[in-house]
Amino acid sequence: MEEKKIDVKVCLGTTCFVMGASNLQELIDSVPKRYGDKVEVTGVPCLGLCSIDWKFSKAPYVKVDDDVIKEATIDKVFAAIDKKLGNS
Amino acid sequence: MSDMSNDTVRLKKEILVRIVKAFLSDSFEDNARLIPFDMRPKGCEVPYRCCIYKERAALRNRVMAGLGTTLENDDERHTLAEFVRRAVNRKRPDKDVLTVLESACQGCLPNAVFVTELCQGCVARPCVNTCRFNAIKFINGKSVIDQSKCKQCGMCMKVCPYQAIVKRIVPCENVCPVGAIAKGPSGLAKIDFDKCISCGKCVVACPFGAVHEKSQLIDVLVRIKSGMKVVAMMAPSVAGQLPCSPQQLNTALRKMGFYDVWEVAVGADVTAKNEAKDFMERMERGDKFMTTSCCAAYNELVKKHMPEIKPFVSDTHTPLYYTAELVREKYPDSVTVFLSPCVAKRQEATEYDTIDYVLTFEELGAMLVGFNIQVAKCEETDFEQFASKQGRGYPLTGGVAESVRFSLGKNSDKVKPFVVDGINKMSIRDLRRYAKNGACEEGNLIEVMSCPGGCIGGNATLNSIKTASKAVNAYLDKSEDLNLD
Repeated sequence: MEEKKIDVKVCLGTTCFVMGASNLQELIDSVPKRYGDKVEVTGVPCLGLCSIDWKFSKAPYVKVDDDVIKEATIDKVFAAIDKKLGNS
Repeated sequence: MSDMSNDTVRLKKEILVRIVKAFLSDSFEDNARLIPFDMRPKGCEVPYRCCIYKERAALRNRVMAGLGTTLENDDERHTLAEFVRRAVNRKRPDKDVLTVLESACQGCLPNAVFVTELCQGCVARPCVNTCRFNAIKFINGKSVIDQSKCKQCGMCMKVCPYQAIVKRIVPCENVCPVGAIAKGPSGLAKIDFDKCISCGKCVVACPFGAVHEKSQLIDVLVRIKSGMKVVAMMAPSVAGQLPCSPQQLNTALRKMGFYDVWEVAVGADVTAKNEAKDFMERMERGDKFMTTSCCAAYNELVKKHMPEIKPFVSDTHTPLYYTAELVREKYPDSVTVFLSPCVAKRQEATEYDTIDYVLTFEELGAMLVGFNIQVAKCEETDFEQFASKQGRGYPLTGGVAESVRFSLGKNSDKVKPFVVDGINKMSIRDLRRYAKNGACEEGNLIEVMSCPGGCIGGNATLNSIKTASKAVNAYLDKSEDLNLD
């Protein structure tokens, strides 16, 4: 049976983009080789998290499967993926 | 380039968003006054400074700069609400585009070269032997630098086999290409505006975020709200700064109340043609080189520090200048706003009556977030005026030189472009040399850009150079060549 891929969604809504998701676009363009085909990264329109969470202003947001990463950076996203893969 | 992973940049943008939201709320004064408290509520963790009060003081200073206040003249006794009133009522923005936040400035230790404990007190002692100023002695078997003699040339650092000698730097002083920012008598950074070329490098370099642009967000928002014809002029570098096309951004700007939106690439086409003509005339009269004239920080550099190169700088006006002229011609009663990758253009705007305000991309981004506009979902609105592939290519390194080359048509082989990719102490030295010799061995058309990477590397950009240049190139692929008739 084929293993389910880890699904990484980078929010590219206005708020996330302005607050730093622009930096995360490189993830979408090139998933590191070490993850092979176990991880799929896509840029998605606004996930709607900023409107719920704005007063804490934690954009940019990334979702790794169902986990929400706040103030996401490339390193935080890698850490979350590694945890899922049991690499940590 | 503005570093997207930098917390000070995040803080600045968050504050700008909060200012826009406060402006749009029922009570601008009250909600602006509360920003430092909303961001650091009672009992919250203190992420950066010694205590919550210091954090709030620094945030208060950031709000003031976001309101366009000159902090150097700050009367600390006023509430933020008072600064809001002043911002709303001011007729013209304050002069000088940058301001230092005293409460945020760390008052870094002064520049110095010193020997660390990694020194092994070796027998070779290259540090002592290399120092031309006789500043290094051995004390208790270790190398020690006499600070009164040291000229910080760094030679000892280079020769130490243990890399035991380091230079402690003041980031703002270190990055400033013209020595315009330095520790004042109080130990805090102070800008000498007679020297400052508004390049914005100190804004990016300070790890405490203590140098800030004086925002004109409120000036623009007030004029839109009062129903004036506010026209946005988008720098070509805007392509790729937001998750949308320039045409979608056109729609987004109109949603926020802009009356019309122009591409500054329209004016870039005029610049390209004029500069090509200027270049040919200069070459025919025997000049060996010409430099471009569209970077605002470079123009300030020439004016304030390098008058000797002025005869070699193209007399052509900037793309912004020509665009603003055309906008004013069409709408004599308009308020013109340039959307800019950098703060230097704000300085340029003070020189021309046709350019009223400048918003950086960070401020534009904050405005879109504050208005809650999903740019990716906006329809596309085409621009009325034609802009060419060459005009739209201005923000890329070499783009300006390329537009001039293209505009020369059959004479295009006469150009040998050379790019000064970033103004710094070294490139300034080179430029002085070209001026002195009246020649440049590297080429005859010198494109000078203050920011490495060109305008897409501007100090207030929202995207990395790599992804932004991809977007600009994609836009160029859809654009038509400049008509040379």
